Order: sequence, then structure tokens, then C-alpha cells
Amino acid sequence: MQADSPSRIPEIRENCKAAYARQKTRFLVCAGTGCVSGGALAVYEELKLLISEKGIDVDVELLFEGNESEAGVAVSGCHGFCQMGPLVRFEPKGIFYTKVKASDVAEIVEASLVQGTVVERLLYEDIDGNRCITEHEVSFYNRQQRIVLGNCGIINPEDIREYFAADGYQALAQILQGYTSEQVIDVVAKSRLRGRGGAGFPVDRKWLSCLKAPGNSKYVVCNGDEGDPGAFMDRSVLEGNPHAVIEGMIISAFAIGASYGYIYVRAEYPLAVIRLQTAIEQARQWKVLGDNIMGTGFSFDLEIFQGAGAFVCGESTALVRSIEGYRGMPKAMPRARTTEEGLWGKPTLLNNVKTFVFIPDIIRNGADWFTATGTEGSPGTAVFALTGKIRNSGLIEVPMGIKLREIIYDIGGGVPNNKKFKAVQTGGPSGGCLPANMLDLEVDFDSLLKVGSMMGSGGMVVMDENSCMVDIARYFVEFTVDESCGQCAPCRDGMSQMLKILEDITAGKGRSEDLAKLEEMGRAIIAGSICGLGQSAPNPVLSTLHYFRHEYDAHINEKSCAALSCKELIAYWIDEEKCKACGLCRKACPVEAISGEKKVPHVIDQSKCSKCGICIEECPDKFNAISIVTGKQKIEIVEGVK
Amino acid sequence: MCKTKDAGLNDVFARFKGKREELIPILQAAQNMDGYLQADAMKQIAKFVSMPESQVYGVATFYAQFYFTRRGKHQVKVCYGTACHVKGATRVLDAFERTIGIACGCTSDDYEYSLERVACVGSCALAPVVVVDENVFGQVDPSQVVKILENRVC
Repeated sequence: MQADSPSRIPEIRENCKAAYARQKTRFLVCAGTGCVSGGALAVYEELKLLISEKGIDVDVELLFEGNESEAGVAVSGCHGFCQMGPLVRFEPKGIFYTKVKASDVAEIVEASLVQGTVVERLLYEDIDGNRCITEHEVSFYNRQQRIVLGNCGIINPEDIREYFAADGYQALAQILQGYTSEQVIDVVAKSRLRGRGGAGFPVDRKWLSCLKAPGNSKYVVCNGDEGDPGAFMDRSVLEGNPHAVIEGMIISAFAIGASYGYIYVRAEYPLAVIRLQTAIEQARQWKVLGDNIMGTGFSFDLEIFQGAGAFVCGESTALVRSIEGYRGMPKAMPRARTTEEGLWGKPTLLNNVKTFVFIPDIIRNGADWFTATGTEGSPGTAVFALTGKIRNSGLIEVPMGIKLREIIYDIGGGVPNNKKFKAVQTGGPSGGCLPANMLDLEVDFDSLLKVGSMMGSGGMVVMDENSCMVDIARYFVEFTVDESCGQCAPCRDGMSQMLKILEDITAGKGRSEDLAKLEEMGRAIIAGSICGLGQSAPNPVLSTLHYFRHEYDAHINEKSCAALSCKELIAYWIDEEKCKACGLCRKACPVEAISGEKKVPHVIDQSKCSKCGICIEECPDKFNAISIVTGKQKIEIVEGVK
Repeated sequence: MCKTKDAGLNDVFARFKGKREELIPILQAAQNMDGYLQADAMKQIAKFVSMPESQVYGVATFYAQFYFTRRGKHQVKVCYGTACHVKGATRVLDAFERTIGIACGCTSDDYEYSLERVACVGSCALAPVVVVDENVFGQVDPSQVVKILENRVC
């Protein structure tokens, strides 16, 4: 069956829905990168095997031939709760199993298909010890509003028919049945959608600029070069719902008059590439992509371009250069906008993965539906990758305007191991660190900018009392120095100098004038850099200097790292009064830095100690004889005064 | 984009037209054959796309994906993304350096292992993450390093 005309789409949807409804129950195995690394594919194969052994045929094709089936099994895209994977959901009840191993499958099948019960030990256990049967009971999920992530984890991304059944390509059909380009852009304008790549530029303005640009040859490019360390939402969407990205791109192509497009995917996302390739082939087969889409005469096709490992290629002009086969070096101002002169000098629309995914829903449900969520300045939802020192780590989608506190404590479950929350880093290498007194911030594009951070790609890394903020600043600057394209002196040389200063501070060689120097350099680099990478690179330093200056001061003046993290400023020390000479630490030390005999308290040779931390882990809790010291205590120990 | 290995450069060239914009996909396919870009291959690629060799090197050296020296049979990549860093990637990297016996960025003398730090592989909820060949290992503790190296699946 093909979509020969837009009016066939509803019929295709009903056929697909009816087919899947013939499957009375279904096991859905999350096969995102995270769960696959935990063994999800073995779980999937075992499920297929055991269900077949019960005489149930799991072949989906039979459903489309009109046959009914007791049970089925399919893979889904990333469900977002990677830390608890492999995840398996049993539909239609929605029973939600976590950390499933292949060896658990027999028990799950027995409970689900035979007994009609659940396997309690595999259910998610919340902070009060209650077992949650469905996702709706899990606080990580039930406070979310999943639009972009809506079908991730629900549909099989490798079968376009599941996308059809979930209203896929309805929006495209709607457009092709009588909208003009201007009308499409008008809907997007009413929705006030802001780009989700990080800068939050109004999407309709970009599209309009492209539509108005002269020329018949135009391009649509999807920016899937998710280079921010700590961000993986684009990966999950590309893996979990590639058709939504494709549909969004086709609609935008119609709006601006483009006939060809590229999906720029990072080299580090091989599964996303495979899923996209499958989706593109299937979309062409069904005539929703390629020549003469749905028989309307409108043609648009696309291909995948794999990035080659350069963070700077997330910048629009650098990305364009990269596709053209050049070094990914951003263009200096003054420069034409990419919407007017992009790929090979032609008007090019470049939007983020998540931005494209919003489009079909906005077309189908209307702009008012979209603006009903979020804030005035930032309507809709935001997808965050909540990671770091947090109990529930994973991908979340929440309405703009939600408080940081709710994200971190209600959804994220707070900081584990009885540690105290110290800061949350947002916006990746372009963003900043916000301390505890910012937890009531209502998160949206503008509010984050006001406090010295930014939305960026949506990475949200939580830190606790053992995270050193000076080290975090150094980490981001090191990243930026590595990734700088090297064109302009402020970024290339300025950031290198900032790195040297930060390395000195974390190594105990900081000087009192360093902080003022960092601030001055930061301002100069922001003002003088050619592109967004350099213009935002000093942000992590400036924001930590603003909120955590006391840590910098302690590093410089007292040679002290309160987080006990900076290697040059700490020492591992065995308390001779607590040490019972059990020898466990000595045997475990990989560099043989610990000496001692039976009944003689052990001693760490500071000149050999590599600060790996293994000795502390080995020392039995009842002795607790090893600790980390810093500042004056550390100096005394290392200089042998104590 | 082809996952199957080409037998030789001619198989790679057969899929392309020799245009400038094909340079990066061609380099990716060429590297896919032997794991790195050999000097002779670079010469041939330059000829194929009608570009000076220096410019081909200029592009290839810009991107972190491309290697110019022989890699180990198994590539160990320790993720250094923000979440991984916060959750102790440094200690994991130190453990790999000690166990394999090479510094980060190097290849072992027997060409069995290459060890490097990479920016972010996008599995942040499982931090700290290590990728060995195509396999992703999450929530890695330094004590698991030996097992990970033994259990790698090619």
C-alpha cells in the first residue's frame, strides 16, 4: 500500500491501527543505546523465543493479514529512563519492568501471559519503598509532559506502520491538501515556537526568511550534531521516532520551497544512523518522501550526512561547511544568514531535531494547543537530559516554566547517597552553574539567560558536595579549547590562557590576581569571538566565579579543595589510631604506595599515591581509617610535619 | 555510511562521483577499511576528488574521527562528557591506563588496544561510560576494568 494521495492517509492509519489492535497484548522492549548496552536485545530475543514456544506467532505481518494474536513483542526507541534499563513494558496494562535480564524473561512471560500477575521484584521501587506497576505511578514519568518524546518508547521506530497508527504523516497530508507556504508558516508563527537547538530563535521567522530568499534551489538541514557533553535527547529522538523528524522536515520544505535536505548526525550515534536509514527507505516506499509525495507533485528527498567528530560543527555556518566537504570553520561577521546563503550559497533552513518533531503535532493540534503549555515567552515543553548526581537519571520533557526544584527533587528524586545538592549545570559548555538558592527558578529560555546560564541543548548536570566548581570550570574550558576551530585569537588564544590559569588554580599554583584576570579575559573573549562557541565559552567560568567565588578563593589562598576533588590539593591519609593493620588497602593499592605490617598502622607514601581512591573503598566500614584531607592538613602531611 | 567493509579503495570510489562534498564520506569509508587513513590512501583520495593532498589532510586532521596511525585491534574509548566527568571518569581512565599499560591517546605495542578519551557518546544517564569497539558499558567502576577488557565482544 502506498500513500497515493493525501486522502489515503486516514485510511492507512485506520488499517494500521486495526492490525495492531489484533494483537491482544504486547511486550515492548526499549532498544535505545542505553538499554542495548545493558542487554536489551538478549531480552528481546528471549521474549520472542518463549512466546513462540507457547505456540503464539509473533510475526507482525500476520496481523496485517487479518489474523489475531495473543501476544507480540517489539522494540521501541529510547524510553528516557536509561539508568533503570533494560526496560520492558507489557501492554495494554502498561506494566513497567526495570533492569530486566534475559534470565528474568521466563518469569515475566509466565506472570503476564499465564497468571495475569506481575513480577514484583522487577517493578520500579520509589523512594518510599513502594512498587510502581505502571509508568504513571513513577514520579520520574508522571510529572512529565511528553510531546517531542511522546512516541519514544511507545512505537517501534523500525516500522513506519506504527508511526502511521500513531497519526503519523497526517499533518503532512493536511498541509498537502490545501495549505499555502504562507499558511503553514502562519500556524508556526501563532505557536510562537522557539528553536530547540539552544538559542531559542523564533522558528517562523527563520522559515519566512528562507521562503522570501530568492532562488529555486533551497535546502532543509536537520542539525543532529548534538555535541554538548551531557545531552542525548536528540539521539533518543532520532533512534526512537525518526519519522517525526522526517515529517517535520518535509513540512518545512513545503513551507520554504526546498526540494532536498540533509540530516546531519554525529558519528558517535551509529544506532540513530541505522534507524534513520530504515525510516527513510520506508518513507520512500510509502510515497511520503521523495518524488511526487502522496501524488501531489511536491517532491522532497533527503540523505544522512555523518559528522566526523567536531563540536563546532553544531554551529550553523560550520555545519554547512562540513557538508560541503571543508573544515568546519564558522564564518566571520559580517556574513549573510544561512537562510539566505547556506549550502553552496543557496538558502538553507537549519533547525534542531526537536524543533522539527514539534511541527507535525502543532499542525494537527493547532497553535493554541501548543501555547496552552509553557510560558508566554517560551511556549511548549522542554526536553532535558537530567544526569550527574541524581537519583533518577534520564531524559525528561516538562512544560517550560517548571521550577528547577521540581525537576531535581520531584522528578529526579534528589541527590543520592545522603549528599547535599550543590549546583546544577545547564546549557552545556555554553551555560552556567546555578547554586541551591536558584532552585525556585522557573525554567525557560529567558529566565536562564537572566541568571547567567542558558537553555542550550537541554543538558542538566546535577552536582553535589563532592563536585569541585573550579574543576568544573576547568573541565568545560578544556573541552572548548579542544573543540575550538582555531580561527580567531580571542577563542583560540584567550581560552587557552584561561585554561592555563584554571589548571594552575586547581594545582595549587593560583595567584590572587587570577580571578580578576579570568573575568577580564572572559568579557574580552565574549566580545571578540567570531562565533557562538567562543562567545559563550567563558560562561561556565564566569558563572562559577559569580556563584562560587569562595571555592576559587580557597583554592588560591588556602590551597584547599572543599569538594576533596583536585588531586594536587588533597592527600589520602591513614589515621594510625583507627588503622587495625588488616592490610586490605596495602594489597589493593595499584601503585604499592601503602606500607605496613601486621599490627603496625599502615602509612601511605605520598610521593607514590595516585589518589585513585581504591584504599578508601577497601578499608572496612568498621575501621573507617582512611580519609582525604586538604588545605593545611594536606600540606602538613605531605611535608611530613604530622 | 555503509557498515560493510570495502575490500579496497576502488570499491569506495565506485560509490562516489569524485565531488568535493563527498570528501568526508569518502574519508569515513576509507578509514572503515583499516581503522585509520594510510598515507597512500590519502594520495589516492586527493587524486579522486581532484584536490591537493595538503587540503585533504587539512580537512581530515580537523575532525576527531580520523586517525593517521595504526589503531589497536580493540578501541577503548572512555567518555569524558560532563555527567561522566562528574561521576568519576578520571578514575576510570586512570584504571584503564594502569591495566592496559599505556597512556591515554596511545596504542599498545602489540596493537591489541588503543585507549582514548572521547567527548560525549550520549549515554549520560549511565555515566561513567566506556565504549569498547561497538559495545557500550555503563556505570563503570574502576574495579570492573579487567572484566570489561576480557568480555569485550568484537
